[in-house]
Amino acid sequence: MSVLNLIIKREFIAKVRNKSFIVMTFVSPLIFVGIAFLIGYLSNMRSEVKHIGVHDESGYFIDSFKNTSSYQYEDVSHITKSEIKDSLLSKRWEGVLYIPKLDNFKDFEKNVEYISEDSPSLGFVSQAERVLSDKLTKENWSAQGIDTLKIEAARIDVDLNLVKSSGEETVRGLNEIKIAIGSGFGYMIMMFIVIYGNMVMRSVIEEKTSRIIEIIISSVKPFHLMMGKIIGTTLAGLLQFAIWAIVGGILFFLAQSFFGLNTSSLQQANELTQQSPDSMAMIKMYIEEIKSLPLLSMLIYFIVYFIGGYFLYSSIYAAIGAAVDNETDTQQFMFPVIMPLMLAVYVGFFTVIHEPHGTIATAFSLIPFTSPIVMLMRIPFGVPAYQIILSIVLLLGTFVGMVWVASKIYRIGILSYGKKPSWKELLKWLKY
Amino acid sequence: MQVENITKTYGQKIALQDVSLSITKGSIYGLLGPNGAGKTSLIRIINQITYPDKGQVFLDGEPLQPNHIKDIGYMPEERGLYKSMKVGEQALYLAQLKGMSKVEAKKELTKWFEKFGIIDWWDKKIQELSKGMAQKVQFIVTVLHQPKLLIFDEPFSGFDPVNANLIKDEILKLRDKGSTIIFSTHRMESVEEMCDDIALINLSKKIIEGPLVEVKKQYRTFVYWVGVKTNRQNELKQALEIYKIKEATFKSLDNDWQFSVELGENSPSELLQTLLRFGEVTHFSEQIPTVNEIFIKAVSS
Repeated sequence: MSVLNLIIKREFIAKVRNKSFIVMTFVSPLIFVGIAFLIGYLSNMRSEVKHIGVHDESGYFIDSFKNTSSYQYEDVSHITKSEIKDSLLSKRWEGVLYIPKLDNFKDFEKNVEYISEDSPSLGFVSQAERVLSDKLTKENWSAQGIDTLKIEAARIDVDLNLVKSSGEETVRGLNEIKIAIGSGFGYMIMMFIVIYGNMVMRSVIEEKTSRIIEIIISSVKPFHLMMGKIIGTTLAGLLQFAIWAIVGGILFFLAQSFFGLNTSSLQQANELTQQSPDSMAMIKMYIEEIKSLPLLSMLIYFIVYFIGGYFLYSSIYAAIGAAVDNETDTQQFMFPVIMPLMLAVYVGFFTVIHEPHGTIATAFSLIPFTSPIVMLMRIPFGVPAYQIILSIVLLLGTFVGMVWVASKIYRIGILSYGKKPSWKELLKWLKY
Repeated sequence: MQVENITKTYGQKIALQDVSLSITKGSIYGLLGPNGAGKTSLIRIINQITYPDKGQVFLDGEPLQPNHIKDIGYMPEERGLYKSMKVGEQALYLAQLKGMSKVEAKKELTKWFEKFGIIDWWDKKIQELSKGMAQKVQFIVTVLHQPKLLIFDEPFSGFDPVNANLIKDEILKLRDKGSTIIFSTHRMESVEEMCDDIALINLSKKIIEGPLVEVKKQYRTFVYWVGVKTNRQNELKQALEIYKIKEATFKSLDNDWQFSVELGENSPSELLQTLLRFGEVTHFSEQIPTVNEIFIKAVSS
């Protein structure tokens, strides 16, 4: 067995046997799902009902405000404005709409007030504005002798059908899924790089502080040790990912058969449709859409970019680990490593989503330090093959160069103790 | 093994300057020198951990090559093993890195572990062992693959006298089986006891090299310790006027007059005859320079 294999095997076993690996593999998806549910629950949670008073002197709006689950409207026209202000203090109403009596419809534009203690939510304000505007517009039409019914009948609403140039019809909402999957993969790569890169770094520091390094590199080349460490840790990471993918696949399959089969039984389908026709249809649509994505090729790209990006960064992490004596000294070197990763995630979240094929998104998906994350976010939107090839070639080229630089620093670093090197010194090591 | 004209610099700092050594096969070679003299740099070059800027190292007449790794065993001064790895697995791993097959390594390890009475530790982690226990494991790992060349850096530090003796005996046995041993230490008494040849490195240069006896001859002062039981002390002093004499004390069970005599060119038997005329000679021995004295003298000059 070659020494590289031996080192890979040891590193892999050391990582996989580690308690934190087991915990991370099996507990973190649970935590993730838990948090997702929590967020979903919190954002869907019905907030308490807000009572809004409507003081309408004009008499147009008494019936315009319909009660909803969040807002209850009450006619308070009989109460004077000064009393309203008092009763607001006593918290009887969240706020009161004060509509004065005006002769000219145009005058309403600036003269309706909403009196409240706390600032109202933007949603409420625009909702109220829309109700007021609609009602007044209609009144205005009637007053000017325009036939309201005709206008309503003439109204045309357009729903865009989203069709890809390849001809297949895409379903509305597919972009959300693409964004979710792309961001998920991109984010996962970033997390892997940070978590596993740190593992590589810690394991280098451990070998250095326990001084076993000298024994090992009297048997193997430092380059082999570094590569063995990186590859072994990658394999552990891939194993973890594979476990997640399999578990996720099973869950997806279960979800599909649950929602798919249940709806085929008529009674249950009716029940479900009655309960929540929209969400049922949504879930089915999402499952269909996920199935329509090129999942396999996305998975392959994920692995390619994962390995490329991970190797690139973990060789930097290994070099940092070799350069310092303990973990606290790593701080000064961490920022330049984390920065491009953060940048990539932000570019992904803000640029790719709005303009998946814009200049910035394209550029960052070619730069090797950000491409693993940004490109993966772009891939679900369809990226020209030449861009993918170029970005992979650039990534691999940079990776080879970086490994060379890192192994130089590593070779010197693992045998230097006692001083925290500066960037300048690291550059000097490259020349040794 | 031959080390020829090795020069090694780290940036501005010169670690080794034109150092040549010749190490006889099957001998124990003491590599001495004050801290920071360049011993570790030299050892690292022999181990191919770093490479010299100039010069070459020959093992069995061949220039040092990567495949010589399996012929060398190295126990560094700063001992190190994976703290959270089991003793047996760790030893197997390190042996395999040195090119042994797993089966062979396991067989040899079992033999050594049994010999040292530590077979129960196989499944323990290093962090559960005491320092001395870990050192034993370290020693086994170093010698397991029966290397032709063994390099020990401070092999006895951390051992109690019983275990130090055990290790010493094993080192001597390895020498007798034909291994060449390089021995770097500051414990001069073990150098006296074990080394056949020594070299002294100071300020990145070799200043002394040779068989221990020859080196001692170089530093010979021809001073003799003498103890005489006599009641004619003044007459004796007059008779010894041709020599330089100093009062001295050394351990003796007799109530004698103790002094040292610098012989110069004269013969010791002449001195002895003179002494015998004045009384009973209870002590007569040459003051052989210890390695310690040679070390201090050579380094401070």
